[in-house]
Amino acid sequence: MSVPVGPGGRRSRRDRLLGELRLWRPLDLIGVGAAWLVGILLVLVAASLLIYMGYRGLQYVNLDLLFSRPQPGSDQSQTGGILDPIVGTLMIIVIATAIALPLAVGAALWIVEYGKPRWLARVVESGIEVIAGAPSIAIAIFGLAIFQLPMFSWASFSAADGGGVFGRSFIAAGTVMSLIAVPSIFATTREALQSVPRHVREASYGLGKTRWATIRRVLLPTVRPDIATGTALGMGRIAGDTAIIVLLLGATLQLQAGTDIPGIGTLQGTGSTLTSYVYNNSPTGEGNAPEKAYAAAFVLMLLIIALNVLVAFIGRRRAGNDLPR
Amino acid sequence: MAEFPPPVRRISSEQAPNVVDPATRQEIPEPIARALAPSYGPERLRIDEVSIHYAGSARPAVNRVTLPVRQGEVLALIGPSGCGKTTLLRSLNRLVELTPGATRDGRILLDGDDIDQLEITRLRRRVSMIFQQPNPFPMSIFDNVAYAIREQAMRRPGKAVLQPRVEKALRRAGLWDEVADDLGRPALRLSGGQQQRLCIARALAVEPDVLLMDEPCSALDPISTGVVEELIHELRQNLAIVIVTHNLAQARRVGDHVAFMYLGDLVEYAPTEELFTNPRADRTRDYVQGAFG
Repeated sequence: MSVPVGPGGRRSRRDRLLGELRLWRPLDLIGVGAAWLVGILLVLVAASLLIYMGYRGLQYVNLDLLFSRPQPGSDQSQTGGILDPIVGTLMIIVIATAIALPLAVGAALWIVEYGKPRWLARVVESGIEVIAGAPSIAIAIFGLAIFQLPMFSWASFSAADGGGVFGRSFIAAGTVMSLIAVPSIFATTREALQSVPRHVREASYGLGKTRWATIRRVLLPTVRPDIATGTALGMGRIAGDTAIIVLLLGATLQLQAGTDIPGIGTLQGTGSTLTSYVYNNSPTGEGNAPEKAYAAAFVLMLLIIALNVLVAFIGRRRAGNDLPR
Repeated sequence: MAEFPPPVRRISSEQAPNVVDPATRQEIPEPIARALAPSYGPERLRIDEVSIHYAGSARPAVNRVTLPVRQGEVLALIGPSGCGKTTLLRSLNRLVELTPGATRDGRILLDGDDIDQLEITRLRRRVSMIFQQPNPFPMSIFDNVAYAIREQAMRRPGKAVLQPRVEKALRRAGLWDEVADDLGRPALRLSGGQQQRLCIARALAVEPDVLLMDEPCSALDPISTGVVEELIHELRQNLAIVIVTHNLAQARRVGDHVAFMYLGDLVEYAPTEELFTNPRADRTRDYVQGAFG
């Protein structure tokens, strides 16, 4: 078949592509065209979202907004900043990750390295899948039912004179929120462990090492980048969840300590995060402060983009230090 | 030097004695055979009527194999894929037990002690293993070797204690000169051949009595293979070495005795040159001459 040849005797990229396409079947051409179209469309959606949010956000974000506390008020000029939601978001991320990380990594280690009894491993795996698929509002209302039990009165605060347990606090929200992060940490850790070749474990056992020494000194260091990736993804999901915050943190305007104990009182108290702040202040919410809602949404988006960049960075670092497969 | 038991001549009752004169095919009288045989050290490992079954397969993977492993010699296990040689090797430090559904019959004696009676971590330090794929751990060169030495004690030995032992192991594996200037660099940055020698250093660091090698050169280029084979030659003075290999030329180069296995059976066990030049069994001859594989 004769093909057009570019200058210098070498076919140019464009000619090569056209020549290649000519060999394709019509149906394949349509398929590839559709794939391109959909891809470009998705990029456009993402780009317009980013550009619009960036435009609105940059318009309203300023240092004063970031570092002043929200205040009640009937007009946007009186309602203060978003310091409390930012602090709330970070607190929830820290609490939920601190719970989810050991839980998910432990579960993955147990399933891949021990996996006995097998039926229990299956049950745990599908349990985590159910959590991954459950709407967070369903998880939230279940969590509320739990944390309103009298036995959890220490986790939030109770009405005076032995009244009901409020069930809303950083402890409650953070604990339930950890379930949102468990599936992604669990899945990445499990897959990473499964992709560690058997002979690597055996090399450690072959040196007379116990299973636990092998896990701690060989397997965990090997899969650490994957755990970090899963954790960063999970943090993104935590930062982005609204339902659990509204039901279990109370979504109050300011941080409100639950008891007088310093530090712990805050954990027992209510507050808000950026998501609940956006929810409450969007034009449909009761606060009706759209400018601040846009600003908060922009800050939240930056936070999640930062987490994604972190994921990509970890992924790149991993490539240089990989095990032979 | 102490009296060493003579090379074991019979591996099972129905097989012919293996010390025969290649020219006349006559059995050589034992005193002469002993004089002809290279001076092997004492028998370290004895594989005694060992069979290994995997659940769900009717045929045993290893069928009543009896073999001696002596210090100062390299025993090469050869045979076509699936003949049980790797399974047999993995049973020698009880790694085969990690495979679900694997069961073993028969005894394996390490210096006269049944390995089932030894504590498993202790056994695996005395019988350590090199794998087909170089598999250094994702840590520094130093830590790879130090990991092997560190006991599971409450107090870990410090760097000052570890340093000379790490150096000794790396020297024995012929890697020291190449890595001495930067022991802190990640082991996975080394070349494939260096990685495999690091794995050998790691296995030597626990000061084993027996070294098991499962096709240690199959992932290496010819030059690295040569270096590792050279190393095997040097190491056998202080160790008993069992090597599984697909590469007949390699078995011939490094082996002092060769055991040919086929479908789980030990077909022939003989001094290397004899097995290659004058095999007794037809199947051995076909295999070493390349008729099947």
